[in-house]
Amino acid sequence: MAYHITHRCIGCTACAQVCPSQAVVVDGTRFRILATRCLECAGESFEPQCGAICPVEEAIVDSAGGAVNPLGSLTAIPIVYFSAGSSAP
Amino acid sequence: MSGCDSTTTPRANDPRAADHPCFSESAHLTHARIHLAVAPACNMQCHYCNRAFDCANESRPGVASTLSTPSEAVARLEEMVERLPTLSVAGIAGPGDPLANPEATFLTFRLIKERFPKLKLCLSTNGLNLPKHLETIRSLGIDHVTVTLNTLDPEVGTRIYPWIFYNQRRWRGIEAARILLEQQQAGVAELTAHGVLVKLNSVLIPGLNAGQMPVINRWAKAQGVFLHNILPLLSHPSHGTYFGLTGQREPSSAELEQVRAACGDARLMTHCRQCRADAAGLIGDKEPASASSPPQTRRVITIQSSGSSHSERLVAVAVDAQGMVNPHFGHTERFQIYRLWSGGCEQLPDRLAGRYCVGPEGCGDHEATLQATVKALAGVHAVLCARIGFTPWQALLTAGIQPDNSQAGVPVATALEYAWHRYGPRQQRLAVAS
Repeated sequence: MAYHITHRCIGCTACAQVCPSQAVVVDGTRFRILATRCLECAGESFEPQCGAICPVEEAIVDSAGGAVNPLGSLTAIPIVYFSAGSSAP
Repeated sequence: MSGCDSTTTPRANDPRAADHPCFSESAHLTHARIHLAVAPACNMQCHYCNRAFDCANESRPGVASTLSTPSEAVARLEEMVERLPTLSVAGIAGPGDPLANPEATFLTFRLIKERFPKLKLCLSTNGLNLPKHLETIRSLGIDHVTVTLNTLDPEVGTRIYPWIFYNQRRWRGIEAARILLEQQQAGVAELTAHGVLVKLNSVLIPGLNAGQMPVINRWAKAQGVFLHNILPLLSHPSHGTYFGLTGQREPSSAELEQVRAACGDARLMTHCRQCRADAAGLIGDKEPASASSPPQTRRVITIQSSGSSHSERLVAVAVDAQGMVNPHFGHTERFQIYRLWSGGCEQLPDRLAGRYCVGPEGCGDHEATLQATVKALAGVHAVLCARIGFTPWQALLTAGIQPDNSQAGVPVATALEYAWHRYGPRQQRLAVAS
């Protein structure tokens, strides 16, 4: 069970700074979550931190592959402005 | 809030402001400043910002600064000190929020202080994390702080800020706005109480917060804020921001003038140029002052940037006879190809497509034609066109090519600037707190 960072990541470092398990590492111009370290913040008093601070929709997915922050959920930009399959701005 | 108290009002001729080009109108003609882009993370979202680029309340939207680690930043500073002898200020403004990157930000300031003790240190922030870091700001002798404050009314705030990250969770709506505004106001009050020169940046968003400007201005005066900078919102669909995409308009110059006049305060800044998080030089200079001159290559579009080239990307663009990204992918016979590299953008020879869509009559072998086109685009990272069907979309993605129709109707030069920022090589090494 671990979160996973997708290609949408813009490499802003926010998640790396807040991860309580030091599970986020640099991967080229993006970041990667070490599956061996990520506990999805289970048992913590706070919600999964990376997902809570990430500004990019669909940049982080959970172990079921679902986006932690689906399209439109952060920017409030109406879905109609996203071309089919294209990345969120 | 404290009432009007003349002892908290800073003197208009505070000597610390005299050499800072933003805090002093006369200084901006002679003194240079540098922004060091060491702070990529942000702790909130504003509707005028596209996080793929710099913080839009500090720089023009659609601009991506060259990111530095703290030691790279100081190395760049060393170069600039030589080239700009009147450099008086070293500031950290982004590309995200400096106080969302406290380790990188404060390490950079410490290194600068050691190396250049006479340089003024300046910080720009959204203020959300201000109270938390007041001690450090004071102990480092950061004399100038700019806070972007767009409203005192949380209700108005809900229409500007979709979320904030605070105390280990994401907040939205009126709660988020209340927390943000409280933090900003408490932070500003503490800073002025301790004699720090504070500038407020307020982004004027027509139909949303124009009425708040005189309110903020009065409050600012009462707090002893040194300068109030009312800036016009920059909003365009190509920025990919919420405001840009949903049609929030920019203020006209008349509106801006009117709002500034309604504040009736001599402490208004009027010479702001909304610069980048890696700007260097006099305000209004073509930015940034590049440390290395670009190598001699055939170049169609130049995007100024410094730094060494690590990699390059190819993009394909479907362009019509007027130079606009108008063609439908299936109708494109030839794609213009551009190489995006850290120094700019270079045109390469066109590539011919197997023509995919031959119209309702001659529905030929679509499959083969599509495959031929995808093959022709081998090595291309993204293809920009106006419209594209689902099947070719999927085929491109499967081949590792990103279809992108966000630049439909846009002139190719503008589309390339977008593409360079979106797909181009990012010459960054990221500073991660260990």
